[in-house]
Amino acid sequence: MIAEINECLECRSVGIWDKNETLERIELEALQLERLKKSLLQATKVPFYQQEFAKLNIDVSKDINSLADLRKLPFTTKANMRDNYPLGLLAVPKSELSRFHGSSGTTGKPTFVGYTKNDLELWSDLCARFLYSGGLRKEHVTQVAFGYGLFTGGFGLHYGIEKVGASIIPASSGNTKRQIMLMQDIEAEILICTPSYALTIIDTLREMNIDPSELNLKHAFFGGEQWTEDMRFKIENALNIKCWNNYGLSEIIGPGVSGECEYHTGMHIQEDHFIVECLNPDTLEPVGEGETGELVITTLTKEAMPVVRYRTRDLCKLYYDKCKCGRTTARMGRVIGRSDDMLIIRGVNIFPSQIEEALLRVEGIAPHYLIEVSRPNNTDLLGIKVEMTPELFSDQMREMQKLKEAISREISSIIGIRANIELVAPNTLERFVGKAQRVTDSRNLVD
Amino acid sequence: MKINQLSLFIENKSGSLNAVCKVLAENNLSIITLSLADTEQFGIMRLIIEDWQKAKEVLENAGFVVKVTEVVALPVDDSPGGLAALLSALDANNINVEYMYAFTYKYNDKALIVFRFEDTNSAVTALENSSIDTLSALELFSQKS
Repeated sequence: MIAEINECLECRSVGIWDKNETLERIELEALQLERLKKSLLQATKVPFYQQEFAKLNIDVSKDINSLADLRKLPFTTKANMRDNYPLGLLAVPKSELSRFHGSSGTTGKPTFVGYTKNDLELWSDLCARFLYSGGLRKEHVTQVAFGYGLFTGGFGLHYGIEKVGASIIPASSGNTKRQIMLMQDIEAEILICTPSYALTIIDTLREMNIDPSELNLKHAFFGGEQWTEDMRFKIENALNIKCWNNYGLSEIIGPGVSGECEYHTGMHIQEDHFIVECLNPDTLEPVGEGETGELVITTLTKEAMPVVRYRTRDLCKLYYDKCKCGRTTARMGRVIGRSDDMLIIRGVNIFPSQIEEALLRVEGIAPHYLIEVSRPNNTDLLGIKVEMTPELFSDQMREMQKLKEAISREISSIIGIRANIELVAPNTLERFVGKAQRVTDSRNLVD
Repeated sequence: MKINQLSLFIENKSGSLNAVCKVLAENNLSIITLSLADTEQFGIMRLIIEDWQKAKEVLENAGFVVKVTEVVALPVDDSPGGLAALLSALDANNINVEYMYAFTYKYNDKALIVFRFEDTNSAVTALENSSIDTLSALELFSQKS
């Protein structure tokens, strides 16, 4: 089931990587339906999907005859992925895999995803598409400041750049001064990182008394976290570059689901490989064009882990009108929130329930707590206020310090990042009738 | 003999101490002596109060987290070397002091110091074996005024 790659010189000359990005909707939908049928057959090799289809009495070889029939199919959730940990959702034998990646999960274990050799090839091509549309060309020097590891960001972008044919400085994440040295000395033109990391680079340049005009940067491709037009404006002005947004998630493939073109009219979705729906998260009915809803994605061409109607929990708007760039694909606006309570902190997915679990582990009881997320110096900070209880309190300072350390240790063992623990007096955190408000986020991530 | 000490969790911000004192004042409870251990962000206030049961009740009703700990009050010679002599005796018996603080009044011309030991019971036994006086609550509170 290798998805053919349409290298089209005519398209390339107008900045479009693949001719499938320009299909008329009727052609695109025909291709989607054909691929959907194949993908669902692939999905039936996964026991989980066999059961889900059987529960709904669906025979995917007969019952899916139009794209509208997609709505007959069951959803896939993060919980399904977790329940099938580690590799229960594979449609191919493990021996066929070329790669594992993962994302953080709610129980401290990541969600693993597998890629065949063809999947990796597809992924490279999808990343090449949005990089090419943002202006990456063969002659550019790029610096990848995403972590290379289980996280899909580093490798995905790396492959995309390789595919376009540009050269790569695989700097990986962290050590900002060294990043700047590489940028200066190898004269990187393209920067790949999270938008908040770009802000850190700007601050560090200022600290080091380096004028950004001394750098050779021209473009940056940002992903991995929610950001705003205000941040784009700040970064573009400070570094005198153009910034491009892209979107993806490891459960689907990683980066490469969508990306911006030169007109900044939203991120073009690679619809020949993914069917997207935008649904009201409560009713699960489609919302109108341009209305906010939850993005639900079905993969069309993945071998190792076909995914049916994955509830991303990401809230955004979809647009289907024509874009001046010549692509005919639907576009998604920025992710403006979540339909669950997940937080993304320094690229790590965190649920309040994980914090609660950590607190429970410490003394066997869950005190009142408040999660405070802020971004004081362009770096996300996670603070947890924990209300004192008779069980937790001690007259000895040593014991109190131990308690703080124990909470901090449990939290970092579950979510993988450190939190600042603040012990507060009883009854100081606001009480709620009904659903507790456990999080305050002062990062201003929505325009 | 052991006496009961109350400990309270307080945040390190203005008004926190007074909030405790006001509750005690409203209930006509007098603080015999106290100590504070503080960090940048929170503190532990330790109180010796004659009617500690009532103090605990009113403070808890006012929303404070209150813990009762057994401590030991020891008279110490109020002269150079007085405390050193006592601590040497404690060291000789391998008794670890968690923290200590002084009373505002004297007992038979001796200074009075509250000790929180790591292991209160074995500390008391060791003190008795070393013929070091420990004061009962009765003896202690009869001295004030």
